[in-house]
Amino acid sequence: MNAATARDVTSSGEVYRTARAEGRAALVGYLPAGFPSYDGCVAALLAMVAAGVDVVEIGLPYSDPVLDGPTIQVAAEQALRNGTRTVDVLRTVEAVARTGAAVLVMTYWNPVLQFGVERFATALRDAGGCGLITPDLIPDEAADWLSAAESADLDRVFLVAPSSSDERIRQTTAECRGWVYAASTMGVTGARAQTSAIAPALVERVRSATDLPVGVGLGVSNGSQAAEIASYADGVIVGSAFVRQVLEADSENAGAAAAGRLAAELAEGVRRQH
Amino acid sequence: MTGAPTRPDAAGRFGPYGGRYVPEALIAALDELTAAYEKAMTDDAFQAEFHRLLRDYAGRPSMLYDAERFSEAVGARVLLKREDLNHTGAHKINNVIGQALLARRMGKTRVIAETGAGQHGVATATAAALFGLECLVYMGEVDTERQSLNVARMRLLGASVVPVTSGSRTLKDAMNEAFRDWVTNVDTTHYVIGSVGGPHPFPAMVRDFASVIGTEARAQCLELMQRLPDAVVACVGGGSNAMGIFHAFVPDESVALHGFEAGGDGIETGRHAATLTGGSPGVLHGARSYVLQDEDGQTKESHSISAGLDYPGVGPEHAWLHDIGRATYASVTDAEAMEAFRLLCRTEGIIPAIETAHALAGAQRVASQLGPDSVILVNLSGRGDKDVATAGRWFGVLDQ
Repeated sequence: MNAATARDVTSSGEVYRTARAEGRAALVGYLPAGFPSYDGCVAALLAMVAAGVDVVEIGLPYSDPVLDGPTIQVAAEQALRNGTRTVDVLRTVEAVARTGAAVLVMTYWNPVLQFGVERFATALRDAGGCGLITPDLIPDEAADWLSAAESADLDRVFLVAPSSSDERIRQTTAECRGWVYAASTMGVTGARAQTSAIAPALVERVRSATDLPVGVGLGVSNGSQAAEIASYADGVIVGSAFVRQVLEADSENAGAAAAGRLAAELAEGVRRQH
Repeated sequence: MTGAPTRPDAAGRFGPYGGRYVPEALIAALDELTAAYEKAMTDDAFQAEFHRLLRDYAGRPSMLYDAERFSEAVGARVLLKREDLNHTGAHKINNVIGQALLARRMGKTRVIAETGAGQHGVATATAAALFGLECLVYMGEVDTERQSLNVARMRLLGASVVPVTSGSRTLKDAMNEAFRDWVTNVDTTHYVIGSVGGPHPFPAMVRDFASVIGTEARAQCLELMQRLPDAVVACVGGGSNAMGIFHAFVPDESVALHGFEAGGDGIETGRHAATLTGGSPGVLHGARSYVLQDEDGQTKESHSISAGLDYPGVGPEHAWLHDIGRATYASVTDAEAMEAFRLLCRTEGIIPAIETAHALAGAQRVASQLGPDSVILVNLSGRGDKDVATAGRWFGVLDQ
């Protein structure tokens, strides 16, 4: 792994601030590492960054993804069948971070625990990653991660949900660094025809608890939805829709191109003036 | 050993195990459930209704049976706690009645469950019918095939059964699907977890509802023999029947506690479901405990002839009892379990569940260690009607 120095790493908070200064929302794009293959994933992510994805979420494929819907489950299963290992996820981070994009890993907790929490934090930093999104790790259980993240100067992005009480939103956002991930609906990942009406209310509640930027995810699949969310949130998170572009493509090249086209549409969406 | 804590700490931990490794979206529901459960534990009206239903509906207390011919065959006095005679044919009904009462108190109109062998699914479908709740059960596709009788039972009781086709298509994947449903429908839905796993408060709560088994058995032993047994033996998948019978005996230093996991084709083959024997600490399905996993923390597929034990995790309290040495865990292969299955059929006229047969094989092993003067209490956790096709094929007794 190349030793990227700390100043090479773009932090996610920085990217959010830049987007805010430009009067727009940041675009956050997700793909699981190793899907459709190691090279295919890197190619798709580079195409997404080139087309306007500001913050990259690289998923660590896991055998038991309880917060993911069918699309991401299929992609993660394929990545694992391809033999994707935790070290391959870190290689993917390195390949994408070279572009200067802010790169986070989104991971269920057990793979990090088995790699070693401190060891993972150091390796992620060395690869040029800027932090972790942890869908099944709440701050209450995160003492080891918080201290490792502090030492390695990494962002920690925890989730808040419509069911979170104001008190929990306050506690959770107090432990976040970089930004806050607001799950816009109750449910698993997956593109939805309509984004949720409860998302604006959740963002409002988060804003009264913290000054951190708020990204909204779960269900976004097109430019209009991105524009709608960009009208009230700081970031628009898109996962399953990118995965679907790659899944439905005839080849890895076509998949990367399709992911790039979707990124361009979404990037236009987050810049639409209201 | 005394001093083993029997309550989890405020964070829901037994030593380093347990906790709540779940999406934030479920935390409000877990908090609500924890509050409802803690209130119910000290609420006389709840307890009265729970115990009335256990008595009048489930048929408690279950009998303690002195299995003389089986004892003679294994070389120690074996007492069987007849959970197989409960309504629905297994220990699972105890926990489910408790959770269904809580679901009703919390105003939930829908219950979901995961099931492996189908015993927990049948119990949940039964309680849902009794309480007028909508019920949906997730079951791995492999298990819907090997436990088709229980699929039919659940449907007859009005439940929907959803075969799960992801991953290994067994209990682990059914549990993943149930979590996905819960996170989506948590407003209306209570997830009736069927074992002593999952996020806090499930491990302690399920244990408490199941602990009537050991409380009764301990009193029955004292009445029968004016002494406690030398050993208590149970099979362990997730571990609810084992915690149910162990709990009352944990403070009794003279009583050895033995859990027997599913050894499948043998630990050395890698094809097994013996989590404490062959796994390592990790996080799965909301709790830190032992997990069958590779070095990257990916869950390994488990293997067992018994659908109910075919699970790569185990409840966190077992992990704790294992680490502090209060309970001993070992594994029993498919072949050993099936020999014990046959032995109980032929010596006592009781067809046990294949899960339970692992405990019976374990009892044989403990008997050979403790000798003829010893008394071994075995949790006969379920009956084997659901396993007749599997056992029939194993022994070649089905007409072609």
